[in-house]
Amino acid sequence: MGLTITEKILARAAGLEAVAPGDIVRVKVDLVMGHDVTLPLGILEFERMGAAGVFDPEKVVAVSDHFAPASNNAAADRIKMVRDFARAQGLVHYFEPGCGQSGVCHALLPEEGLVLPGTVILGADSHTTTYGALGAFATGMGSTDIAAAMALGETWLRVPESLRLNYHGKLGRWVTGKDLILHTLGRLGVAGALYEAMEFCGPTIDDLAMSDRFTMCNMAVEAGAKNGIIAPGTKTEEYLLGRTSRPYEALRSDHDARYAATLEFACEGLQPQVAFPFSPDNVRPAREAGEVTIDAVFIGSCTNGRLEDLRVAAEILRGRQVARGVRLIVIPATQKIYLQAMKEGLLEVFAGVGGAVSTPTCGPCFGGHMGLLATGERAVSTTNRNFVGRMGHPESEVYLASPAVAAASAVVGRIAHPGEVVD
Amino acid sequence: MSTLRGKAWQVGDNVDTDQIIAGRYLSLTDPEELGRHCFEGAYPELAEGFAQGDVIVAGENFGCGSSREHAVVALKAMGVSCIVASSFARIFFRNCINLGLLPLDCPSAVEGIEVGDEVCIDPVAGKIENISKGVVFDFKPLPPFLQEIIAAGDLTAYVRRQLSGARGAEVRR
Ligand code: SF4
Repeated sequence: MGLTITEKILARAAGLEAVAPGDIVRVKVDLVMGHDVTLPLGILEFERMGAAGVFDPEKVVAVSDHFAPASNNAAADRIKMVRDFARAQGLVHYFEPGCGQSGVCHALLPEEGLVLPGTVILGADSHTTTYGALGAFATGMGSTDIAAAMALGETWLRVPESLRLNYHGKLGRWVTGKDLILHTLGRLGVAGALYEAMEFCGPTIDDLAMSDRFTMCNMAVEAGAKNGIIAPGTKTEEYLLGRTSRPYEALRSDHDARYAATLEFACEGLQPQVAFPFSPDNVRPAREAGEVTIDAVFIGSCTNGRLEDLRVAAEILRGRQVARGVRLIVIPATQKIYLQAMKEGLLEVFAGVGGAVSTPTCGPCFGGHMGLLATGERAVSTTNRNFVGRMGHPESEVYLASPAVAAASAVVGRIAHPGEVVD
Repeated sequence: MSTLRGKAWQVGDNVDTDQIIAGRYLSLTDPEELGRHCFEGAYPELAEGFAQGDVIVAGENFGCGSSREHAVVALKAMGVSCIVASSFARIFFRNCINLGLLPLDCPSAVEGIEVGDEVCIDPVAGKIENISKGVVFDFKPLPPFLQEIIAAGDLTAYVRRQLSGARGAEVRR
């Protein structure tokens, strides 16, 4: 009986020949990540556990990204707690805006070469699933789980069933990984992959750029999945080249691996998608959005704040204007992206059309700071969640879309297909 | 683990952690304060009337969304003794175990309990009794491994024990 890529990674980390869905196994972890919202609780638990130190200072990563740069006194104290912990524990990788490399955790760790195929990664954040794009098993956990993993270098896991999602057909103009995953969520629903591993496969995925793969695995958790994963291939190797010199093993699913279900997606003719409030599975094509006027557009986050995303948005905004009464906020996901976007003149485009361009932070994505929505306001956002009150007031509305749709909507002043703005 | 008894409160399917505790409260760390804001926007009546030891009865995918542990902390501080649901979001399920709040998968009980019913739960025997209606529902008790963690109090206590055990072993060597 063959194994899926997820089963292979977990079997290996558990020191077993094979594992089956439903098994509860103890696994060694290769990387543990926490950030300024979840790590403070984790640090308190870590201390209560009586742990003398982290299991390996190279394998525990701390990122101040949610409230950083500090947005209020309480946040400043939380960030200080994380910073002090990183220093006291001698963590090799601590990131914060204003001191060297920084950025939104899930964009940053892959960029820094910290994510390798075949490894087990735990993050105190639900979107840790992002790293599966590089062929790792990566899943989110709570602060106490993370504290235990930081202390022991291991954790317990229930081996998930795997769901095979096959994509075929060439993607049309303006259709991106975000549209693929929104479309998938529309079909599966927010509990469609509960506890399962979502394995994205097929020719469309083989052709997909790494940035799009990250977006897809990022939102696997929106279907309730434990992890999202894409088998490593040429694109993965190219991405890792120059980012890491550490050896890794590119595991892949066996041909006779067992899946809970296999779903086929024909991508030919797929249109840019939008998720309406208040759920990421409430999806329809942008062209069928109707007359949804908007007050704000946010382009950024761990879902779509990468260089490729900014390039598309700038392509649409260049030489045009943001509609009257619409606020545009653009936040590159990491400092490296920020710098490169500056070199390429992208930030100039965003600032030139009157947009607010910020240093990397999660900021508005979770209603933290840097542009919250007021009562009754609507925003098109390139983020991953549009729950009630996610980006501000409980009576505000968030529409999830790709950077292309977001930029086009900023120009038109309502939800728009990029084709309405660019030929 | 001893039996639990309380009044049932109902919530719907796909209750996300933003509904349990809103993002603007995430900079709070005091459990009491978090508990005061639990469910305040999404289920105001529940937030008002909830009493220590009461039980939450939920539909599918309870606790979906963000992995914020604040949600479990807030529920515990509000006095929740147990959550019975048709299914749980996985991270939330883990967080419950780790913080010693009992999560029970039992779709039949969810069907057979109404708001205000008095329920009695035996976690070890795997029985939920609806006292008001005089019906009993069976569920599969948690695997021994997880019961061990809950029996230790929480994951923190469990790890503490393990670490001191390891150090003890080193000293003995
Ligand atoms: S950008 Fe948004 S979704 Fe991503 S880690 Fe930050 S808050 Fe979470």
